[in-house]
Order: sequence, then structure tokens, then C-alpha cells
Amino acid sequence: MSKPKVGFYWCASCGGCEEAVVDLAEDILKVVEAVDIVFWPVALDFKKSDVEAMKDGEMAVCFINGAIRTSEQLEMAELCRRKSGLVVAFGSCAHTGGIPGLANLYDREGVLDRSYNSAPSVVNPEGVRPLTSTKVPEGTVTLPELHESVSTLAQTVDVDYFLPGCPPPVKLVMAAITAILEGKLPPKGSTLAPDIAMCDECPRKESKPEKLSLPEFKRPHQVLIDPAKCLLDQGLLCLGPETRSGCGAACPSGNMPCTGCLGPTSRVKDYGAKALSAFASTLDGKESPAIEKSLETISDPVGTFYRYSLPASLLYRRVRPN
Amino acid sequence: MSDNAKPTPTNPFEPRIVAFFCNWCTYTAADLAGTSRMTYAPNVRVLRLMCSGRLDPQFVLAAFREGADGVLIGGCHPGDCHYQEGNYKALRRYHLLQKMLRQMGIDEKRVRLEWISASEGERVQKVINELVDQVKALGPLGLTPIPVPHHGAAARPAGEAKEA
Repeated sequence: MSKPKVGFYWCASCGGCEEAVVDLAEDILKVVEAVDIVFWPVALDFKKSDVEAMKDGEMAVCFINGAIRTSEQLEMAELCRRKSGLVVAFGSCAHTGGIPGLANLYDREGVLDRSYNSAPSVVNPEGVRPLTSTKVPEGTVTLPELHESVSTLAQTVDVDYFLPGCPPPVKLVMAAITAILEGKLPPKGSTLAPDIAMCDECPRKESKPEKLSLPEFKRPHQVLIDPAKCLLDQGLLCLGPETRSGCGAACPSGNMPCTGCLGPTSRVKDYGAKALSAFASTLDGKESPAIEKSLETISDPVGTFYRYSLPASLLYRRVRPN
Repeated sequence: MSDNAKPTPTNPFEPRIVAFFCNWCTYTAADLAGTSRMTYAPNVRVLRLMCSGRLDPQFVLAAFREGADGVLIGGCHPGDCHYQEGNYKALRRYHLLQKMLRQMGIDEKRVRLEWISASEGERVQKVINELVDQVKALGPLGLTPIPVPHHGAAARPAGEAKEA
């Protein structure tokens, strides 16, 4: 019997998710023994035409990382969807939009203007902008079109499973691959990670106080972080209580607060709003001026609470003026 | 519903307001306004919570997503919360939510928090009328629809799925 065929593809992402696959280390040999990798542009020389030549559903599973923000990414996501039995949204960007999703605070024109005109490091006197089609002596060359907004993978194609994280923890990747190979998958639409908050596996858990009452929040560079004590109790915005576990509390173990890359548990619809709710209520102020003063220590609420999930939020993007 | 239609000179914009009132004070005040036969703008849909502290900011965003143009939150006066501290938590969440909504391009006048005790029926009337006027002046919220996967992708143009 031939081995199941597997593909990997990347869209708007940094490449860290590809690293996560390589981080399987020796385990990747077991994976390669069990499956045929038939598409992986970052590591192996397959072309789009190879995928187009496949029968529909020929790949057993395709892992797609990255958000969707260009016409090319959309086309490839749709192609991989057609050719795969299962599609797994791999990593924060595919799952909830990720860091590229913060572009939804702007629109296409704002993004292009910043990149090609107004950023202090840009020198572009001719005002060159990327065009979807340009005539050159050799013929016409094309580029993908940038979308107005960044979308998650599930907002563009049907997704079977979600592997969260920036990048997904190796343990979860291996568990997902094993579950697929053994056919022991949870119901479609599941997130392949424990459905409990990160604090549950945090080594600092015991020092988490019963009740928090903070005068203000601190950022990591403003405080000498005690490596044993709960980060919330030190006034740091650690998003552990709002975030799914599965990473082994990697960041708190490295003496840094959790930034929420594994996204919400299944009970939460809008990660940022829920996180905002929890942190606001830990403040000790009882009157508006005192509360507003405390909140000055959160200078960028969207970037803090929706760092990985703006396109997956209920608002989806910044509201445009009428 | 007819108020989904685009505003025209003959069919002016009528905002939809979702109000979250706490059981012990503001909801009772709204009840008093009703039994006292006070009239106020009919644009408000009132939802009763046990406490303003129960107001998850997700509810406000969900109201906007489902078509609300404004949100009113009503709770007990400071010191009067039936559960001691719920309204203080609501106040803290309200301020952080407003800060976040500003970044998301939503005018702070669309969300209002008011302390209204059980005996202040007139205040319910006044606050609702004021908020409806304010939101009317701002116009419809106009959120971008959340994209959904298109099956039969070939029919779609190669470029952007055009947003409303």
C-alpha cells in the first residue's frame, strides 16, 4: 500500500512554522518513513503544476501556515484545499491571523503608503508601487494583488483542524501527525491542543494569588522579573489565563510573560475582548480618573490583546469611515 | 427588519441600540419608566443581566457584529452594587474597552455607561433619548463583513473579494 501523501504550504507568515516542522528533529525521520511529502515549497522542489496535476483529494493532508492577504495565497489555499482530504491550519497566522493580521488596523492604501512612501527609511522619489501587471521589454510580468484586509485560513477555505501557536509547539505537531496517521482524530473543526488555560501547566502556578489588585501594569523592560513568582502578581500582562495550554508554559519558563499565541480555549469567542475583560478587572481603581491613569500603562490595547487574533475577532478589522 | 434598509431622505437612519441593564438597579428603573408611562425612543433593545459586572466586553462586540449601532450599559451607583464590586469591574472594563474601540475606529459616543438606580425612571428616558440622538448623528456603524469560504472558487475574480 502506498504511503499517505502530505503537503506543506505557507502564506502570509514568517517561516517560523516551517522551522517548527524541522524542529521535530529525529522524529521527522519517523514522519518521512510513514508518509510521502509531495509538496513543500520551502524545502523541496515541487511546483504548483505538480499540485495541479494531482487528483482532487489526492493528498491525505495539507498543513497550511500563514494568513491570507494576497490573491496568490488565496488561489494556493483553494488549490491545496481541493487536492487534500484534510486541511490543517498550522500556526497562529493561519489559525487566527497572527502578527500579519494586525495590518487590519489599516487598509491596503495605508499599508502600501507606509512601505513605499512614508516610512523614514524609504527613498522612492519616483513613487514606485507594486503593480499586478507591468510591461517590460521581455513581455508582461505580474505580481499577486494585495487584499484590503488580512484573513484567517478558515475565512477563505474550509479547514478541518487547527494547530495553534507561534509556532505550534513540537509536542502538538507530533501529536497531530500521529493522530492523523492512526486515524484517531477528534471531531472536525477541533483545535489540536489541550482545552485548558496555560496557567495549568505553568511552573509558577502555585504562587498565583487568589485575588489580584494592581495599581498599574508593567512591561518586561520596566521590571526585574522574579523567576519564581507568578508574573501577574508582579504586575506583568501575562496572557496565560486567557490562552490555551500545550506549549509547556514556554515563555513564563523563560522568564517572559505569555503573549497569547495559542489563542483562546473553546469557550471564548473573541480572545482579545475576553483578555481585556480579565485584565481590566484586576485593577484596583474605583473611579474613572484613577482607572484611566492605570490604563495609560497599556499603551496599545489592540496590539496587546489581539496580537495574534485581530482577523479572527468579532470586529475583524478597523472600522472604515462611512 | 425594515430598519436594515439604507437610509434615504424619506426613510431616515434609525439606529439600533442594545442596552445591557443590571437586574437590581437600571432594569428596575426601566421597568419604572414603563409603568410610569414615560415615553422614550423605541430604538433600544434591553437585555437584563444580573449585574453590570456580568457584562463581558465580548457582548458589546457581538452586539456590534449583529448590527447594533450603539450600546448602553446600565448599573447601580458606585457603592450600591448588589454584589459589592460588580459595577467597579464594569467601569474598569468600560474604560479599557473604550480605549480599544478607539483604536478600532469606533467612536466612543457609541458606547455609554450610566449608573441609574431603581428609582430613576426619568434618567432611563433621558439617557436613552440622548444616546439615540448621538448615534443618529454618527450614522450607521458599518462593520466590514467577516469573510466566509467561497465554494466553487473558480467563479471568483483573481483579485480581492470585494468588501462592502
